[in-house]
Amino acid sequence: MSMFDNFVQKRRYFYIFSGIVIGLGFLAMIYSYVNRGQIFPLGVDFIGGTRFEIQFTNTVSEEQVRATFTEAGISNPSITALRGQDLNNAWQIRTEYVDANEAHSLQSALEKLAPLVPGTFSVTTVSPAVGQEVTRAALAAVIVSGIVVLFYIMFAFRQVPNSFRYGACAVIAMFHDLFVIFGFAAIMGMISGWEVDALFLTGVLTVAGFSLQDTIVVFDRIRENSARKRSGSFEALVNRSVSETIKRSLITQLSAMFVLLSILLFGGASIKPFIAVLFVGLLSGTYSSIFTAVPLLVSWELGEIPLISRVKTA
Amino acid sequence: MSKQRDLIWLVIIILIIGAAIWLVTSPNFPIQRGLDLQGGLQVLLEADVPADQEIPRDQLDTARQIVSQRVNALGVTEPLVQVEGDRRILVELPGVDNPDQAIALIQETALLEFIDTGTQALPVGTCVRTSLNNGPSRCELPPGADIDTPIANPAPTFETVMTGAELRQAQSERSQTNQYYVSFSLKPEETEFFADYTRQNQGRFLTIVLDKEVISSPRISAVISSGSGTITGNFTLEEAQKLALQLRFGSLPIPLRIESTRLVGATLGEQSVRASIEAGIAGVIMVLLFMIGYYRLPGFLAAIALLIYALLNFAVFEGLPVTLTLPAITGFLLSLGMAVDANVLVFERMKEELARGRNIGESVHSGFQRAWTSIRDSNIATLVICLILWTFGRSFGASAVQGFAVTLAIGVAISMFTAVLITRTLVNLIIGGSANWMAKHRWLLGA
Repeated sequence: MSMFDNFVQKRRYFYIFSGIVIGLGFLAMIYSYVNRGQIFPLGVDFIGGTRFEIQFTNTVSEEQVRATFTEAGISNPSITALRGQDLNNAWQIRTEYVDANEAHSLQSALEKLAPLVPGTFSVTTVSPAVGQEVTRAALAAVIVSGIVVLFYIMFAFRQVPNSFRYGACAVIAMFHDLFVIFGFAAIMGMISGWEVDALFLTGVLTVAGFSLQDTIVVFDRIRENSARKRSGSFEALVNRSVSETIKRSLITQLSAMFVLLSILLFGGASIKPFIAVLFVGLLSGTYSSIFTAVPLLVSWELGEIPLISRVKTA
Repeated sequence: MSKQRDLIWLVIIILIIGAAIWLVTSPNFPIQRGLDLQGGLQVLLEADVPADQEIPRDQLDTARQIVSQRVNALGVTEPLVQVEGDRRILVELPGVDNPDQAIALIQETALLEFIDTGTQALPVGTCVRTSLNNGPSRCELPPGADIDTPIANPAPTFETVMTGAELRQAQSERSQTNQYYVSFSLKPEETEFFADYTRQNQGRFLTIVLDKEVISSPRISAVISSGSGTITGNFTLEEAQKLALQLRFGSLPIPLRIESTRLVGATLGEQSVRASIEAGIAGVIMVLLFMIGYYRLPGFLAAIALLIYALLNFAVFEGLPVTLTLPAITGFLLSLGMAVDANVLVFERMKEELARGRNIGESVHSGFQRAWTSIRDSNIATLVICLILWTFGRSFGASAVQGFAVTLAIGVAISMFTAVLITRTLVNLIIGGSANWMAKHRWLLGA
């Protein structure tokens, strides 16, 4: 007897919860698309921006340069020192797109810090650091991964009846997680003006890579338990499998999340959005393996999925 | 019998750890830190064509993509490559111990063109102009001259039939007469075009030029319908290999010259970096302490296996080398958190078996055996994803995606090795070897 005796019977609530979370994300993406033409705000890495090069006649600190840019309304300038022969007090600043007027007023503001070496203020536009080919390759790869993994799971679970369903449910849970982090990025863009950068792409790939692990562990237990052919319904078998693996799922996920939480709370500001995306992705991964993949499998086995199940029974 | 096997594994494990420690401490394999952590070399390249000649945007983009692949062949270097304005490419490379070599690699143009020279065979070394970015070429000028220098006798212009970008594969080979040559095959979509072209132009000369300089001028003697052919010239082994390499990684559609090279500082402040790494390490230590507190002796052995995991991973990072950026380090710390997974699976299983009244030897054995199927299937699923990401990254020229796949796959493979083999060997030797004593001190097993 455990708290999971009635677990999978509540599956309708789990679907509704996932629906609400993903639905909110979709609303935020639509809102962002209508307002900016992008499903989430894209940063300089994806759309390109402006690169400034300046050389002062006297020493100026990075903080002073940063303050000048942020006061001009440029949210997140990336500032690096330039060194070379006869090159002192030179800085390079990458920002979002800045037009000629803004650039001109920035020049005046920078001149107040220290006089510029004549002719050293240059403004150029730079292309995205992450080319479209990278984004396209990543998206195509994730979709193809889903299909291939579906067949891999089908093969790995070939001893159980309807092993295709195990693969399909695991892959649906993976895309569930990806939709959750897409929505998260859109919502954070709306609320706190987060822009999606190159690291987001890494986050998406990480979540896709780890999402299946959890699901497969639970499915493995269902596979093992169904081989034993004990009496009882499929629901009961699934409940038992979930209750037997829940401890492991929690311990593993909590340890990974603990590391992330620690970096999120005490780490540097520059990677917080990245860590937050990973955190939400892992959270969703744990949730979806138990509360999406498993219940979906039960629904499918019991013929509750509208279109597909009707075909099966006909 | 199994004790002997465990002892053999123990020896292998110690040897691997020894090799890893040697690699990590060896000065020949320094840690490669990324642009965000330590800055690097900035190279500004400018199209080496006359100032009034316009450069199509897609040619610049292609050049950017090729430069990025050249400096990031494995995908783990983390460079920054951007198009700047309408005739420049900005490259930033992390660290860089050998700037000259890096610059030479970026700048090699190797623009291979097949040009239609009609009924005329051109001698090797002739300079030509081609219909692709028509204009004077570097080849016509004395070395080091400015590209805008006026040329008294401009070279004749020929029609470009095909460029090196249409090649799918190229490799250097040696003929029976000890001549080196490059064999190539065309992309499938170009095969038909090339077959048609060779059919219509049989008997005419299809001259091969590299950076506008003739390297061979063969006559089309037969219809080439297979989409493969050879480039002969008076190549040395090195020349043939270099040409094949450049053709494989793509040739630049425009010649580039170096406008400036400078050093750039780190983008992230020291403090931000240190805070993140310390926070991550603190998190990992908490996880290790939890493992020991919760699983007792097996947890302690797993903690040792995790530390070995970290060491091996670091050794591979230095050996390849993988450039460590702050996100890469946090990803690594996260993978440490995930690497406990296999251990937790095994130990939970062991506890279940103990609770069912099995003895210690049986529980240890079936803990590993039963957990294995789920460890295997889940990790293979992740490796399958890595393989697909790698393939796509490679064929679409997205080296960042390729690099991600490489590091993730390394992490998964090492975690399977440490969690399954190392933990199992340690648990078998220590717990299995003292099963009777353990039976009296079951608290050590957390059961």
